[in-house]
Amino acid sequence: MSHLFEFATIDLASKNSVAEQHDRLFNRSKGRARVDLRLIHQLHSLIRFILLQNRQGKTRLAKYYIPLEESEKHKVEYEVHRLVVNRDPKFTNFVEFRTHKVIYRRYAGLFFSLCVDITDNELAYLESIHLFVEILDHFFSNVCELDLVFNFHKVYLILDEFILAGELQETSKKAIIERMGELEKQE
Amino acid sequence: MALSGMRGLSVFISDIRNCQNKEQERLRVDKELGNIRTRFKNEKAMNPSSCSWKAFLSDAMVVISCKGTKVGLIIFLHHMHNNKCQSSLAKFISAEFRCEPLTGSEKRNRGHIWHLVTPSLPLSTLEGRGQFCSRFRRIVGLSPYEKKKYVWKMLYIYMLGYDVDFGHMEAVSLISAPKYPEKQVGYIVTSCLLNENHDFLRLAINTVRNDIIGRNETFQCLALTLVGNIGGREFAESLAPDVQKLLLQTAREEEGCTVSPASFQKKIQMWSDRMAQLLDERDMGVLTSSMSLLVALVSNNHEAYWSCLPKCVKILERLARNQDVPQEYTYYGIPSPWLQSNYSLCFELLLHWTCNKGKAEIYLRNFDFWHELGDTDSWCSREQREGVGLINRLNIKSLWWLLDHGCDIDALINLTLQVKTMRALQYFPTVEDPNTRRSLFEVLQRILMGTDVVKNVNKNNASHAVLFEALALVMHLDAEKEMMSQCVALLGKFIAVREPNIRYLGLENMTRMLMVTDVHDIIKRHQAQIITSLKDPDISIRRRALDLLYGMCDVSNAKDIVEELLQYLSSADFAMREELSLKAAILAEKFAPDLSWYVDVILQLIDKAGDFVSDDIWFRVVQFVTNNEDLQVTEAASLKAREYLDKPAIHETMVKVSAYILGEYSHLLARRPGCSPKEIFNIIHEKLPTVSTSTIPILLSTYAKILMHTQPPDQELQKQIWAIFSKYESCIDAEIQQRAVEYHALSMKGAALMDILAEMPKFPERQSSLIKKAEDSEADTAEQSAIKLRAQQQTSNALVLTDQRPANGTPPVSQLGLVKVPNMSNADQSTAEQGLTHANGALTVVDPQPPSTPSPDLLGDLLGPLAIEGPSGTAPPQSEPRVASGLEVGANEDALAIAPVEEQANTIQPIGDIAERFHALCLKDSGVLYEDPYIQMELSLVPETIPPRAQVQCPLEVINLQPSRDLPVLDFSYKFGTHMVNVKLRLPAVLNKFLQPIMVSPEEFFPQWRSLSGPPLKLQEVVRGVRPMLLAEMANLFNSLRLIVCPGLDPNANNLVASTTFYSESTRAMLCLIRIETDPADRTQLRMTIASGDPALTFELKEFIKEQLVSIPVPSRPPAPMPPQARPTSPPLAALSDPGAILAGLL
Repeated sequence: MSHLFEFATIDLASKNSVAEQHDRLFNRSKGRARVDLRLIHQLHSLIRFILLQNRQGKTRLAKYYIPLEESEKHKVEYEVHRLVVNRDPKFTNFVEFRTHKVIYRRYAGLFFSLCVDITDNELAYLESIHLFVEILDHFFSNVCELDLVFNFHKVYLILDEFILAGELQETSKKAIIERMGELEKQE
Repeated sequence: MALSGMRGLSVFISDIRNCQNKEQERLRVDKELGNIRTRFKNEKAMNPSSCSWKAFLSDAMVVISCKGTKVGLIIFLHHMHNNKCQSSLAKFISAEFRCEPLTGSEKRNRGHIWHLVTPSLPLSTLEGRGQFCSRFRRIVGLSPYEKKKYVWKMLYIYMLGYDVDFGHMEAVSLISAPKYPEKQVGYIVTSCLLNENHDFLRLAINTVRNDIIGRNETFQCLALTLVGNIGGREFAESLAPDVQKLLLQTAREEEGCTVSPASFQKKIQMWSDRMAQLLDERDMGVLTSSMSLLVALVSNNHEAYWSCLPKCVKILERLARNQDVPQEYTYYGIPSPWLQSNYSLCFELLLHWTCNKGKAEIYLRNFDFWHELGDTDSWCSREQREGVGLINRLNIKSLWWLLDHGCDIDALINLTLQVKTMRALQYFPTVEDPNTRRSLFEVLQRILMGTDVVKNVNKNNASHAVLFEALALVMHLDAEKEMMSQCVALLGKFIAVREPNIRYLGLENMTRMLMVTDVHDIIKRHQAQIITSLKDPDISIRRRALDLLYGMCDVSNAKDIVEELLQYLSSADFAMREELSLKAAILAEKFAPDLSWYVDVILQLIDKAGDFVSDDIWFRVVQFVTNNEDLQVTEAASLKAREYLDKPAIHETMVKVSAYILGEYSHLLARRPGCSPKEIFNIIHEKLPTVSTSTIPILLSTYAKILMHTQPPDQELQKQIWAIFSKYESCIDAEIQQRAVEYHALSMKGAALMDILAEMPKFPERQSSLIKKAEDSEADTAEQSAIKLRAQQQTSNALVLTDQRPANGTPPVSQLGLVKVPNMSNADQSTAEQGLTHANGALTVVDPQPPSTPSPDLLGDLLGPLAIEGPSGTAPPQSEPRVASGLEVGANEDALAIAPVEEQANTIQPIGDIAERFHALCLKDSGVLYEDPYIQMELSLVPETIPPRAQVQCPLEVINLQPSRDLPVLDFSYKFGTHMVNVKLRLPAVLNKFLQPIMVSPEEFFPQWRSLSGPPLKLQEVVRGVRPMLLAEMANLFNSLRLIVCPGLDPNANNLVASTTFYSESTRAMLCLIRIETDPADRTQLRMTIASGDPALTFELKEFIKEQLVSIPVPSRPPAPMPPQARPTSPPLAALSDPGAILAGLL
């Protein structure tokens, strides 16, 4: 515990408020230790969750990298959908969501939303959404919503290769496609 | 792409898709959930005997084949090599399914396939086969395939937003499936359905652990991914050692990496030597993962991992020279960019901790750099400062490199690296070396100026991501003004472009830019553009614009900005109104050029967005108006309030604030048209039916005040208001009722009303709750936002307004007159005067609102019934009963606590007998000296603390200069309303207060006694007319006079010998000896002998004791037991009731 504490002293004030804000954001009660763990994430800007929703608000993919209760997840999905769906294409791709920021991008009828910190580099995340879409496109060869619906389990697999524990772990399209091929052979 | 074999799932998804409406969909989902539930339930109800075989069989595939007339059942089994096992399984199957082994074909299948004939089951028909299959499944449980299918369906249903409250167990149990497809499903579904707080997850820990320590790499990946994604504390605690081991043994790539930072913080300690081993690994995959781990480790404890640094540098060198890097790990010609970026992170952290040594080389692909470096090991041992400079150089070089090769590599990689490099640079304090600095600025300059808008959106985004990071870096470096203004110009360009993302980021970065001091004026040039953005259709942009406007506001542009905000308020959407109104209020308060403008703004604010104006805001206005001394301002404020009341529909908050202000100050307007008390009353009263109960008390106070200000009284108005009061006297709300009752009773009192309902005293200054609120809410955001920083810088500005008013830290002293001390020549008196200056300062504290105890909040001040200007805490218990409930008041008017004046009496009578109290205090150390209904003075030992709103005790220090019987007189006066109270009090600082009893032994006494021979040091006198008392009584009296009686010194039992020490400035400590000889036959006379080292003391003490003996106060006062031979020296008792006479007597 001591080293954690030490760590927290980098910038105790701001980190603490991050943790508190986090608590407030997802109003949960949780142990002290977890708060400390989360401090680590602040350094590598963590993706809170990624959502794929269509215009009707049907979730096609939802992955949370922070622990949330089920009811809270559904609420978040509902709110994010409401936030992004009516936005004009001419608007920015960034919306404030509670105390975080949702970076979203629309592809046909599908919204890809990433929830990140206020201070994160928005454009970089916007591009990572595009990379993800490119990977999907490559994998399903010309992807459409139906592919994602009927193969949602594959999408989860690809996502796991792309983002792990809230961080981009692999930025190479080729590597991910190869890895997917490898895994499919095992099935 | 077809779904691999899961037809059931595809069918279900299609069904859902074909549903016409939500209701159908729900029905379909419910049906499916019911189905899955039954299946899972059956699975649980499985017969537990023969479980092992069932588990075995559950992995089997059943094929029913017909060969001629014979119907066969073939069960494909894997891993059946053992003949003994085969026969035992055969027996089990025969028993369960009532069938015989098919003997002939057994050998041919070598134990992998079993043929069984089934005489009892009709397998020839389709129906029969179905029956058999379901029976088989019932006995052996769901096949992994089925489980997998159902679990996927569950996830799908869950994704659709339906509650799935069962089946978690099955999902978790799939993790333990032996084969990859099922395991994979188990892992993925578990990580989606459950979070780290879920109990079911505990069940999986063991399996996950087995997979991690197992040999199967794919399984390890799955397990590590799960741990990384949802790993909580328990996972971390139980799995850390295994993951650690795994990292040391095997060469598993990326998975290990992110797992560790996510979950193993607690356990990873003392890994440094192993880490070092890991870094010796040649395999790039292992290196990648171990770097991530190292990053996590270093972020915890950098000290331990310095040993790894040389190795990191070596690896980087390898990468940099592109030596020995396998082809598959190069990406577009770059050796393992991910590994390199991990290194960057690691170094970043190391540097972050110590500002030490190298990081940036990661990006470094400039090979000649390594030649410069020479020996890497010696580089590592260099001084910190050099290290920092070096790293900066490296970073900058790598930036150059990236810029040069930017077009060749994949946009995102390029982007990620550049962004990271610049983030890394932001971790440094600043770059000091001028050369480094120059080249860094060159790079930045190139980025800033060289970024063009291109057609391709993605490329554009990528290049701007780099650009904005560069801007952040420029801000961090606190560059020269020229560069800054370049940046601001660039941002100014951005906030005017059409591309919304760029505009958004332009506004956001400009807000951050406010942190840099000099750019304020340059930013102000863009004010018009920013205000345009405030009207952008996109709320994200509007928010940023609002933030920026708020941040850039200062005294010079506050008026414009606040007016702009107010104007925008009427059209703003609801999501922003609260924030907007709060910000407008804060800015108005912070930068108001004058008070009437401020009041005007807030009234407009309430008018436009009443619902979003918190109570704090209007309290603050009232506070300002009340504390303001300029009548014109007050007048203007009330005029404004009056104008707003004319509007047909106004917000309740507006009613509150207008009513309050008009109640207090409407009499200032009385001469204006439409502002007579009656008109004011009517217009306020019109609003009464529309307001809630929280406003009614304020209105009642307003009515009372209007009534008070109407001079001469207007009968009609009075009647009207009284009618309202009596109407609310039975209101169910206690607050309203109490006010109605009290105001009613008070207003009957006529002139006395004036004092009670006088203008509110000034509020004590407090920190604006708004600014506090703003600070709180800003503390929320993780970033050190510019706004916050500026708020800190400008706290002094925030007080500008407040400072214009007189400091209100001290309470309204005027209510208590100064304490005067009569000018007396006597030295004793002048010392008393010194003491009384203390008393003067302290006495003011008896005020009802002592400054040390400001009431907890503004609300208390404003909504309290009325400031009762009397000592609330010091009212003696025997005074008139306080009004607990207003109901009794009608019966007894005098019982009003806030009506201090009795109808007939216009003077204030002290409670109790002053003289009596004086005498009591001569013998005691603490007690009440003076008391009337409004004030109480008490002498006491010095209090340690002064409780709020309670009695205040003032220490009185009296120094004795020389022996004297004269008394200090305290002439104190205070004003209660119109009554002046003036009391002269003798302070019981009598002679005996300066005595300290001392017990002397005969050995000490007699030499002393003899040495003081005769007058003037030893005086003897026969005292007659002494109040008869027993010897014991007299001894007690002497003791309470601090003349301690020493028994046994005088052989005669009728005599008393006492001793004491006297203290004064002139005599210092002086021993006094007293001998009293009484006559048992005539107790009214005695002879006393006093001896001391000072003639004056001897005389004064003798006279003092004589006075005490002849004039001892008795409880029954009126018939004063006057000794017949009362001397002029002793104070005339009859005159004691009049303080003035006391003084006269003393003088």
